[in-house]
Amino acid sequence: MREAGGTAANAKNRRQFLRNAVAAAATAAPWPLPLIAQGAPHVVIIGGGFAGASCARALRKDNAGVGVTLVERQHIYTAPPLCNGILGGLRTLADQQFGYGGIRAAGIRVVNAAATAVNPHARSVTLGSGDKLSYDRLVIAAGIELRFDAIAGYSEAVAEQLPHAWTSDGTQIMLLQRQIEAMEDGGLVAITAPANPARCPPAPYERASMIAYFLKRRKPRSKLVIIDAKDQFTMQALFQEAWNALYPGLIEWAPPSKGGDIASIDAAKKTINTDFDTYNFAVASVIPPQKAAAIAARAGVADRTGWCPVDPITFESLLQKNIHVIGDAALAGAMPKSAFAAAVEGELCASAIVALIAGKTPAGAKLLSNCYSLVGRDYAISDTGVFRPVAGQYVEVAGAGGVSPLDGPPALRAEEARFAHAWFRTATRETFG
Amino acid sequence: MCVLVVVPTGAGAAPLPPVVAGCCGCHAVHGGDRALPLLAGRSASQIVAEMKAFRTGARPATVMGRIAKGFTPDEIAAIAAWYAGQR
Ligand SMILES: Cc1cc2nc3c(=O)[nH]c(=O)nc-3n(C[C@H](O)[C@H](O)[C@H](O)COP(=O)(O)OP(=O)(O)OC[C@H]3O[C@@H](n4cnc5c(N)ncnc54)[C@H](O)[C@@H]3O)c2cc1C
Repeated sequence: MREAGGTAANAKNRRQFLRNAVAAAATAAPWPLPLIAQGAPHVVIIGGGFAGASCARALRKDNAGVGVTLVERQHIYTAPPLCNGILGGLRTLADQQFGYGGIRAAGIRVVNAAATAVNPHARSVTLGSGDKLSYDRLVIAAGIELRFDAIAGYSEAVAEQLPHAWTSDGTQIMLLQRQIEAMEDGGLVAITAPANPARCPPAPYERASMIAYFLKRRKPRSKLVIIDAKDQFTMQALFQEAWNALYPGLIEWAPPSKGGDIASIDAAKKTINTDFDTYNFAVASVIPPQKAAAIAARAGVADRTGWCPVDPITFESLLQKNIHVIGDAALAGAMPKSAFAAAVEGELCASAIVALIAGKTPAGAKLLSNCYSLVGRDYAISDTGVFRPVAGQYVEVAGAGGVSPLDGPPALRAEEARFAHAWFRTATRETFG
Repeated sequence: MCVLVVVPTGAGAAPLPPVVAGCCGCHAVHGGDRALPLLAGRSASQIVAEMKAFRTGARPATVMGRIAKGFTPDEIAAIAAWYAGQR
């Protein structure tokens, strides 16, 4: 486990590095943009996370005749998978961060700007600068928007005190890390967990596990409570088995059937109120409910649920022609909101776009998702699914998939932990280069 | 980067129907992590045999048993042929 001083020094170096990187990006001569041939079909992708970056790469690979522009508002992407490991001291921010040099080197035009509007009729995307990009096909891979207004007393401003740490912005997870590092021993850490559908359903419980790993070693009199909007959660028996073995008595899980729903948060008084209970916390991570990123609603591809219904074969929106939605923003039947699924959807969508541009009929595919959760240093569990499109929806292939076994031997848990880190290194290299 | 694994139809001109995407999330063709087995360039028959062993449980595994059960013998043959052709 790293010492406090080391972590702080690294964080400082990292911040300096990022400042330099951002300054360099702002002042350097514009990166030589790959030329997009006149008249060649042009695909614009909004969002350079797992979904968008993998789609961009696959489009370049499948067919060099298609021009690809990736619009991403951040210079540095902080990958959320396994970022909870930072809280346990098992991973660093640097492990999670990726720039876009590898994507550019693959011949993709990357525009570091926010997309602020989409005009589906004119087939154009407006950027923060006011510039417009026109497209033949648009891919929205912009991830999620947090519904800050869903919990009384929570807001984007309050999140600067009570971090959600749920997006690809690395400052939030580091804020949470500093808070648990600085809290006094004996305090209570509270995590609120949202209802589904949401990004990565096991991740709130992975977060609880990683904070418990830290507390047990560094602040052993402290406790953690998960105030849940659900009466059951994914891999519940596996998580609870692990908590009993690794952190006995440390983690309390409070579902609505016990304490009622979350009623309000008071950031000044440091309390979370449910219908029946009040929790006085030292540190709180509030993970609000979610919907598709704001640009999806502006493009008219989000429905009343806030998510984006799509055709499972092409990932084209059911609400707007020539706009595809992939990754966490999409509502694709049983497909989970995982980085693994997002990357796979990016590839499938790219192959469908190439077929559509060529006037051919895209074929359906079986898709795979596998998601690891870190529970201890040498202890991880996983959830796997194989999915196929049936009558316009992804359904799980019966008899396949599932979760790690209960009562598994320590060697199995340790192997899954090794595979979790190895998967991350492989998947991020495949996506970001 | 993984392209979609396709069922070979021998047709050539028409786009081939993809059967699966996702294997390369862990088994990258180039530069994957050493902790995860490299499949590219292995013989198709070896990959098919291992998938069969995962399917039946003859070969113990973390996630591969759960994954192998999701694919038909034809699909497994197509995946194996695709990896065998990558170098
Ligand atoms: C704590 C945590 C743990 C997780 N663990 C795992 C795991 O172990 N395994 C796993 O598979 N998944 C995991 N996930 C889920 C995974 O992070 C998401 O499913 C994945 O990031 C979704 O990818 P995406 O490309 O759809 O969205 P994102 O990764 O959010 O990328 C969207 C991108 O779009 C950009 N963007 C948004 N709007 C605009 C705009 N208007 N203009 C320009 N750019 C824009 C954003 O800056 C962002 O870079 C975890 C998530 C969390 C929070």
